[in-house]
Amino acid sequence: MASRIRIRAQLKDDYCEVKALMRHPMETGLRKDQSGVAIPANFIEDVQVVHNDAVVMQAYWGAAVSANPFLGVRFKGGAQGDVVKIIWRDNQGDSGSGETTIR
Amino acid sequence: MSKGFFSGLLATLVGLWSFTAISETDGVFDEYRELMGDDNPAIFVIYDGEEIWFTPAGPKSVSLAQCDLGLGPGVVEGAYAQLPRYFSDAQRVQDIEARLEYCMTHLQGRSPDKVRANAYSQRGELGTELEALVAWIADQSSGLTIAPAQAHAKERSAYTLGESLFYYRAGPHDFSCATCHEQTGRRIRLQALPNLTTHQGAAAAYSTWPAYRVSQGIVRTMGWRMRDCMRQQRMPELIMGSEASVALQTYLSVNGAGGSMAAPGLKR
Amino acid sequence: MGNWDPLGLTRRGFIKASSALWVAATLPQKIWAATLRPAAAFQTTTLEATFEALGSVPKFSDAILFSTPDIAENGAVVPVKIEVDAAALPGVSKLYVIVEKNPNPVAAVFEVPPSAQPYAETRVKVAQTGKLYAVAEVDGQLFMTEKETKVTLGGCGG
Repeated sequence: MASRIRIRAQLKDDYCEVKALMRHPMETGLRKDQSGVAIPANFIEDVQVVHNDAVVMQAYWGAAVSANPFLGVRFKGGAQGDVVKIIWRDNQGDSGSGETTIR
Repeated sequence: MSKGFFSGLLATLVGLWSFTAISETDGVFDEYRELMGDDNPAIFVIYDGEEIWFTPAGPKSVSLAQCDLGLGPGVVEGAYAQLPRYFSDAQRVQDIEARLEYCMTHLQGRSPDKVRANAYSQRGELGTELEALVAWIADQSSGLTIAPAQAHAKERSAYTLGESLFYYRAGPHDFSCATCHEQTGRRIRLQALPNLTTHQGAAAAYSTWPAYRVSQGIVRTMGWRMRDCMRQQRMPELIMGSEASVALQTYLSVNGAGGSMAAPGLKR
Repeated sequence: MGNWDPLGLTRRGFIKASSALWVAATLPQKIWAATLRPAAAFQTTTLEATFEALGSVPKFSDAILFSTPDIAENGAVVPVKIEVDAAALPGVSKLYVIVEKNPNPVAAVFEVPPSAQPYAETRVKVAQTGKLYAVAEVDGQLFMTEKETKVTLGGCGG
């Protein structure tokens, strides 16, 4: 599949603002498909935002986070050109990551 | 690369304009839409669509790169904004879906029945090839003026047919498209209904499809929107790429001509 | 708070490391977080049980700014934004988004290291009209702000 995460990191007054969209169905396990078969729960459980090899946000999510989830966080100490990375892992063991540089 | 999503400010402004136009009636969802911002998951589907376009497929194992969307083989930028239009090779007026079906069957050798059967995502599915292609192709017209061709007689008759269908009352509820969409300032529950008989209403609606439907987590096309309106009227199923589907979209695009494309949009 | 240890050197860090090989595939070891997913909090089914799992019923605090729309077009995607006034409530280590009437009220937990601002934004599913809570944890004490969000059934969706 093509890119599964889209990240923007922008320097503001005294912090860096990170906005990310992750591609994931975030299935609750309560939905059924067209033929009435339950769709198994499949959702991102862990998300880490990493700046210069330090975790600047650790999120734990449940199935109630919306499909194709959005994450917005702010951290201190970022500089233009620094790499910001986001890594996620879901309840079925699948994972994804992406990175960008601070603008 | 993605034209719309990387043209930054322009796309944002166009997006804001379209939201304002849709929610003009009472503004109950303004706060909701402001908090949603412009981060549209359709971006992923756009990337998929671009990849699918250039990937060989079908019995002939060729890509769609030579598909003519009306501006010449392989020209994608700006093509969506000028559809539906008459294609001499197919000898009929086609919208984006009918045209993609034509290219998939003629260039790639695929079965038209299969293309149509797999056109729209069913419940629980996470998007189809056609939905992704339409998202990318529409994005390649983002910010451009809606300008469907109306020079050919068949293009003009598609508009006339679309207009008749728009006002045609039928089904168990004696409904027509016009029942909901020929007045200004009306709504269903809290959802503002665009007046599709006006330029402003038609442009606001037409310019923002295809769209990422947050309630379904997938991108839906204008053809699907037409089909779902028919379903809600309890009419027979509208077939993708059919004369009726193309005619309805011709009616909308011509009424909205002059507006700016801002698709894929972000919808309820 | 002593739990934040991005280098993964504490005992809890090793527990996390052994149960989280997924990170190893993508990142150098030192990025492992030293915390565990609060699994019990995600499994509660009532608001009371949720607060019990978190330790106590949070006190109301004006220092937590919680933005959710008064009315959402669709419960499948409700934008939420938590911002804590760090001058009024310093030292926030965790933020919770709790949706009162969901099958499991806890929707998201954000662990806030000292390098981050006490700020988080995401979008959550809200099963029906009800209250949403933004909870902030400071040294084991809980503070919250509540907000009601109405969920509408859609029309056509233009």
